[in-house]
Amino acid sequence: MFPPEFDNLLYVGLQHYLVVGAVLFVSGLFTMMTKRNAIGILIGVELVLNSASLNLVAFDRYLGPGRLDGQIMALFVIVLAAAEAALAVGICINLYKNLATMDVDQAADLRG
Amino acid sequence: MLAALRPREGTLILPVLLLVSLASTAYGTEGVAGEGATAVTSAAEPGGILEVLSFYGCAILTVVCALGVCASKNIVRMAVWLFGALGAVALLYFLMAANFIGAIQLIVYVGGTLILLVFGVMLTTKSPWVRFEAKRWELIGAGVVCLALLVCLCTVLCRTAWHAAEGAMPGAAVAEIGRSLLTTYLVPFEVAGVLLMIVMVGAAHLARQEKKS
Amino acid sequence: MTQFSVPWIQKSERTNYGFPVKALGVAVFFAIVAVVGYWVAGTLLNGHPVAWLLLVIAPALTAGAAAGAAFFVKTWGMWPPVLLRVAIILLVGAFVASCFGVWAVHMLFEWVEVGAVAHAANDPAVTTWFGAPLTLAEISGAFPEMLPDFLSPLVWPLQFPIVRDVISMVTLIVFFTIVPVFAIWWERKVAGRIQSRLGPMRVGKWHGWAQSPADGIKLVLKEDLVPAEADGPLFRLAPFFAIIPSAAAYMVLPFGATYLFRDLDVSLVFILALLGVEVMAVILGGWASNNKWSIYGGMREACQMISYEIPMGMALLVPVVCVGSLNLRVIGEYQAGGWFSWLAFDNPFTFIAFVAYFVASLASCKRAPFDLPEAESELVAGFLTEYSGFRWALFFFAEYAAMFVVCGLAVILFLGGWHSPLPVAWGDKVIELLGDNLLARGVNGLLFSGPLWFVMKATFFLFVQIWIRWTLPRIRIDQVLYACVQVLLPLTMVLLLGTTLWVWASSSDSSGWAMFDQVVSWLLGLIGAVFPIGFVAIAAHGFYHRRRLVGNLVIDPLPGS
Repeated sequence: MFPPEFDNLLYVGLQHYLVVGAVLFVSGLFTMMTKRNAIGILIGVELVLNSASLNLVAFDRYLGPGRLDGQIMALFVIVLAAAEAALAVGICINLYKNLATMDVDQAADLRG
Repeated sequence: MLAALRPREGTLILPVLLLVSLASTAYGTEGVAGEGATAVTSAAEPGGILEVLSFYGCAILTVVCALGVCASKNIVRMAVWLFGALGAVALLYFLMAANFIGAIQLIVYVGGTLILLVFGVMLTTKSPWVRFEAKRWELIGAGVVCLALLVCLCTVLCRTAWHAAEGAMPGAAVAEIGRSLLTTYLVPFEVAGVLLMIVMVGAAHLARQEKKS
Repeated sequence: MTQFSVPWIQKSERTNYGFPVKALGVAVFFAIVAVVGYWVAGTLLNGHPVAWLLLVIAPALTAGAAAGAAFFVKTWGMWPPVLLRVAIILLVGAFVASCFGVWAVHMLFEWVEVGAVAHAANDPAVTTWFGAPLTLAEISGAFPEMLPDFLSPLVWPLQFPIVRDVISMVTLIVFFTIVPVFAIWWERKVAGRIQSRLGPMRVGKWHGWAQSPADGIKLVLKEDLVPAEADGPLFRLAPFFAIIPSAAAYMVLPFGATYLFRDLDVSLVFILALLGVEVMAVILGGWASNNKWSIYGGMREACQMISYEIPMGMALLVPVVCVGSLNLRVIGEYQAGGWFSWLAFDNPFTFIAFVAYFVASLASCKRAPFDLPEAESELVAGFLTEYSGFRWALFFFAEYAAMFVVCGLAVILFLGGWHSPLPVAWGDKVIELLGDNLLARGVNGLLFSGPLWFVMKATFFLFVQIWIRWTLPRIRIDQVLYACVQVLLPLTMVLLLGTTLWVWASSSDSSGWAMFDQVVSWLLGLIGAVFPIGFVAIAAHGFYHRRRLVGNLVIDPLPGS
């Protein structure tokens, strides 16, 4: 239907997925760096882990037929991210119980 | 009067349904007849227009939601933007024919981790509108660093000649994933199980009531 | 029927823009669509009449239908009764015709995909529109006795999967909208009967059938109220997080062996994932209302929903272990051998898993007797407090649609899916008798396997859910969590282990075990047959012995009389 010059545009390659992963990673990094709410930092961590899983699955899909190593690694990343989020939320709630605030800048008891 | 023409929220349903259905079938999964992809289905070719449209839709959704996480100041809204980002990543997994991983992402991440985060937010928020904001210079510095990193990453990613195989690659079937979890990846599987048990013990310990002394 | 008019309620200025403005907006939108379609038809397709038909006339027809429906609603009170009766007969006829239409269109899709593709174009020099493999001449030449020549331009667009997909999706959306409308009416009737009263009788001539659509119209006309202190965007977003997963689950639900919208190889996990997303809607709805009772009610309800997802998932894994696939279509096809091949009667662990899954799904749907967060909320508040009008209707639609999905899952995984209690192999005899034509396929669809069986069975379990709701009292929140963690969770773990061991034992080639397995299966099938037969017998007995009071008012005898 389209003229042949459009053929390059009609192809979604590995780079496209990797760029999406990079944007996710950088957003997660920015969130981790700038949010002071402890759970905000956790959300940044989740974004970074998601970008890693996306990269793993994208490589798995584009680098050879019938491979599934990337998908299994992404599965483990998802499971471990869930476990780590559970513990981290527990820690954040304990932080709130002790300091009555979620601001990580206030958690400075060990400084000096 | 012009506001009467603004699209109502009900119009959200159809595009999302269309996106989910397109994303889940833009590659060789079977069509209505349940047979394998025949020559008629244009979705079986690599790089068909349907796949490109679905990819750009899901990718733009992911990027917008990720930027929304960065930009929002209210912690609950951040969680909702994260929900959007995780859902869009799940759609991308479906698009890459990694159906099982996409479904697991939705169950574990969206239906588990995100709910946990939101519960954590609600148990620790004094008022919905309390905000902690970083200082101006922190924001600018972090923004510059992150933009620089993004530019570097994208340059490297786009200029590398990946040994990517051309053509449509159907994802692994669930049976193969299960089999390899019990054969090739048995040790990580068992270690993950032990780790989950440790996490359960740790979370129970963190959540226990303090003894009144 | 008493005449009543639907008052065009005076709404606040923010929400009332008037009917003519809305109609104008719809007309302008469709005019733009028509103009764009004209341009596309003119430039890309050289003005082919088929393209005109699709891109220009179809939106115009839809606009006309929408405008006609709106006009009909607005002038409801002014129609004379005779015309109303004619309209109702047309409506019922349209419904029945649409059921046949779905079947006929499905046959057409199958023919286009399987039959006509065999005649695909082999000449690469011939260029076709949109890269279609079949030209008009080939379609009309393919099956001349089934397809008159003048119809082949209408069939031509069906060879594109996107066109078939859009038509299938519209059918699914219509079905998914009708299910809650019917379920709400039926719940009110069943609740009334259980409470020795009749339920809605007024709206619509026959047993208040129009109560649900009338309620729907009322909810749409209500004022669109968003609390001032509430988080506006999240408040508006929450109903969609509820309804989109419920709708998307219908995409992978197999109504028949080929009546699926999408055949994913992980469709069971996909549906579980979507049911998990609904929890987010409850939390958001509760939080965004900015109302303490909403937040507490919402979090409690979310806690109950996610707790019961675990035993539900594990009980759903039990038949998966028996079949060896997560694909719902494959699981349904596994049970094609009649009553005794259904997975619920395969081994005692699946039998109990069926009951465990049903209980867990009741709780996961926040349905009786686990609706304490909602019921306490009737006294105080709940996550639905601040929702009114169409947003509340969306939450309600999502709940009933999810109920149907969950009943449908029970039917596919445990009770044979779209198969009847008779084995499908007997259908071959029917084909021998009648020949391989549409009549034989229709008879097979009615008798042995077909979407009608799936819908009937799922509706029966919907009825059981409604029955349980209005029979059992509510249980407290601590009892709810006790039942989940200390009863259902160990039970489903034991069932999963038992089923795995049973399947492992069956995979060994021991004839003694095979005979034992067969005997157990027959026993369980007989025990299972007691329930529907007993149900029908008791219902018939009650129907036979009902009393008639003066004036044709029928009530059931009260207990003890």
